[in-house]
Amino acid sequence: MRYEEYLEEEFRDPNVSYGITRRQFLAAAGGILILFHLRDVEAAPGRRSEGEVSDWNAFLRIGEDGRITVFSGKVELGQGIHVSLAQVVAEELDVPIQQIEMVMADTDRCPYDAGTFGSRTIRFHAPLLREAAAEARGVLVQLAAERWNLPPSALTVKEGKVLVAKDPKRVLTFAELARGQRIERRLQPRPQPKTIDRYTLVGTSVPRRDAVAKVTGAAQFAGDIRLPGMLYGCVLRPKNHYFRLVRADTSEARKMAGVRVVEQGDFVAVLAEHPDVAAEALAKVKAEWEPDPERHPPVADVDDRTIYEHLMRTAGEARTIAEGGDLAQGARDAVQVFEETYYNAYVAHCPIEPHTATVQIEGEKVTVWASTQRPFGCKEEVARELGVPAQNVRVIAPYVGGGFGGKSRNLQAIEAARLAKATGRPVQVAWSREEEIFNDTFRPAAVVKIRSGIDRNGRIVLWDYLVYNAGDRGAPQFYDIPHHRTRSTSGRSPLATGPWRAPANNSNTFAREQQIDLMAMKAKVDPVTFRLRHLAPDAPARRVLEAAAKRFGYRPAVAPSGRGIGVAVGTDSDTWVAHIAQVRVDRRTGKVKVERIVCAQDMGLCINPEGARMQIEGCLTMGLGYALYEGIRFRSGGEVLNTNFATYPIARFSDLPKIETVIVDPKPADGIAHGGGEPAIICMGAVIANAIHDAIGIRQYHLPMTPERLRA
Amino acid sequence: MVQTIHFTLNGKPVTVNTEGSRKLLWVLRGDLGLTGTKYGCGAGLCGACTVLVDGRAQRSCLLPISSVAGKKVTTIEGLSSNGKLHPVQQAFVEAGALQCGFCTPGMVLSAVDLLSRHPNPTEEQIRTALEGNLCRCSAYHRIVIAVKNAAAKMRKS
Repeated sequence: MRYEEYLEEEFRDPNVSYGITRRQFLAAAGGILILFHLRDVEAAPGRRSEGEVSDWNAFLRIGEDGRITVFSGKVELGQGIHVSLAQVVAEELDVPIQQIEMVMADTDRCPYDAGTFGSRTIRFHAPLLREAAAEARGVLVQLAAERWNLPPSALTVKEGKVLVAKDPKRVLTFAELARGQRIERRLQPRPQPKTIDRYTLVGTSVPRRDAVAKVTGAAQFAGDIRLPGMLYGCVLRPKNHYFRLVRADTSEARKMAGVRVVEQGDFVAVLAEHPDVAAEALAKVKAEWEPDPERHPPVADVDDRTIYEHLMRTAGEARTIAEGGDLAQGARDAVQVFEETYYNAYVAHCPIEPHTATVQIEGEKVTVWASTQRPFGCKEEVARELGVPAQNVRVIAPYVGGGFGGKSRNLQAIEAARLAKATGRPVQVAWSREEEIFNDTFRPAAVVKIRSGIDRNGRIVLWDYLVYNAGDRGAPQFYDIPHHRTRSTSGRSPLATGPWRAPANNSNTFAREQQIDLMAMKAKVDPVTFRLRHLAPDAPARRVLEAAAKRFGYRPAVAPSGRGIGVAVGTDSDTWVAHIAQVRVDRRTGKVKVERIVCAQDMGLCINPEGARMQIEGCLTMGLGYALYEGIRFRSGGEVLNTNFATYPIARFSDLPKIETVIVDPKPADGIAHGGGEPAIICMGAVIANAIHDAIGIRQYHLPMTPERLRA
Repeated sequence: MVQTIHFTLNGKPVTVNTEGSRKLLWVLRGDLGLTGTKYGCGAGLCGACTVLVDGRAQRSCLLPISSVAGKKVTTIEGLSSNGKLHPVQQAFVEAGALQCGFCTPGMVLSAVDLLSRHPNPTEEQIRTALEGNLCRCSAYHRIVIAVKNAAAKMRKS
């Protein structure tokens, strides 16, 4: 899929219906089943539709043993939704969380879901589960009321039991109520979830329930699946996506014991009963490649230095995505005008677990275990590859070793399916690190041009912003600027791109927050005060900035102060973040050490504070990578030069700064939760750049801010 | 060349018959059915494949199986005993020192190696010892806390 298809917030997959019927689902076990049909329900405030879905979605079952099974198509990637979704359900049902069983990311058992990305799970999916749980609670109370011949208002729910409020010895457990029932209940238009003042579980730091499995090595990832007769497949790759196969000499590989070769035109693979044997065999294949004339137009004649000029030169007409006032007036009002250009390189995802998939074809039925963020998309893609109806394909995403947007693409599953079909055996394809980088859809290389100005009072009066290729998210500014315009466009990218953690927002924030800083300096105001002067009293940005400044112990000083303190503010997934960082710069080596970073985050309702902090900490540290080290180097012709962690360094222990996190207003009156997995990364490029400038008086316009660049 | 290699695996004697040059990582994951040790890079750069050989952290993706003949190999599966978590494992769980969990087995074993040599490590020593273990989820902050906590617990008992 192309990057542009991911740009919109409202991601929509084709409307498909699946084979398993309501009857089949209920026939599997008795109990109470809560179904949900999006068309039945009016959108509640703060909740948007997730798109067209099939004719039913079962979210919850209360089994005859009293266990509550939650069916969710979302994937646990490390972000902790395995526990936070369970918290949401347990809260509404007033049941100990141990009674909740999560069944996730299994296309045979879970309702359709577009995919786990975009910080959407808590924002859009959790409210649905919450309502389903509230509905289930209503059903249980009603059943008990009927049994006791009492009005439902006389009853209460506590710890997995329904009791008579005034006579708590009269108790019915969920198990007793569910036994012998075969109830399916459509979600009613106005379920009555709890108000947040009654929360006892949501808002607490329930420990992760997958932690023990992960520390013991018992947690199963897609590459840990073992099936009788399974083969491991290694696919022959060119050095360059623009090349096609001329010929492949597989004779040496075929001589190896236990090795099978599949040759289908350009698609050549070797398989063996051990992955290292297959890799060894692949190395023996002598292949000749040539530029593919159909795919080798001038767009490939660009390297990592000329890419920026190229993107600007090949860009289409820019769209205006935000505007106000009159730019000409702003230009007249400005006494100082600043025109700057910001650049950032392509960046790879590099999850520690590479793309992996195991495919088993048994008669009509296809089962896929895939390391994916889009199990339902994978189902469609594998079905298409095999030429079978989608309902014959079951995709299970077991634990996934990191996604960050890169595992929305399921190429490895398609390859495994193709090989399973060709060999008649189950096949596992697990990419090497080299393949993982080679096949990645990178965060786009981008350019941002800003023309802005301040008046004689140091107020920003002009803001003209143009972003190339990064994307729209985070592009519009949120300061109090009377004359402004934000435009977005794209040039032709020679390398494949896709969503990276907080798509577009890292690039846009890097540019915006540096430009703000630049103007603060020219206005002779410290970076915190300057921003506060351009934020309304009730602006959410103000709250996080003040919280960060307070925690940091920020003392105002105009940049560059020599202290190495930087500030940046941003918003993503309806969440607001403010970062203050302290860095030390070695002028001689150009090395930057981030010593301390404070992040204040306003994410609305915080379901699991420790979980939220873990995500913030992860974002901050991961962001050091793209700020200081990460950038794809590539030659003219499309050859990517980064091959492994030695040539693509990511953040490590020695980079770790002192980290402090502040969660602002975790229990807001509206009770609405916003995104938590991505926002805190967006400011990392900007805050470090601003801190570097504060330390040495030199501004970095280009990510990554490598020692070479700083020494120059 | 196919060799017969005897070694101790998680406290039990084991024998494999295979090409001596094959890397320990693949023999563990395939021939011996222990999938807790992970492939992350195949070049000894990420630490996901870390195991203990005679108590020392080694990158099993680089180690030929022939080189562990007669030695004691410990994988993540061999760390807990009688269903009880090793203090380092327990500390990781309690500190929330993991997210996706893929780098975790390697991290835990590297930490076990460190603590066996430095029962009271400084933060600096922890970071240096684990520098070769990469975590993209970037749970580094809590991993350091977990190792410090584990060290304290282990010194007490």
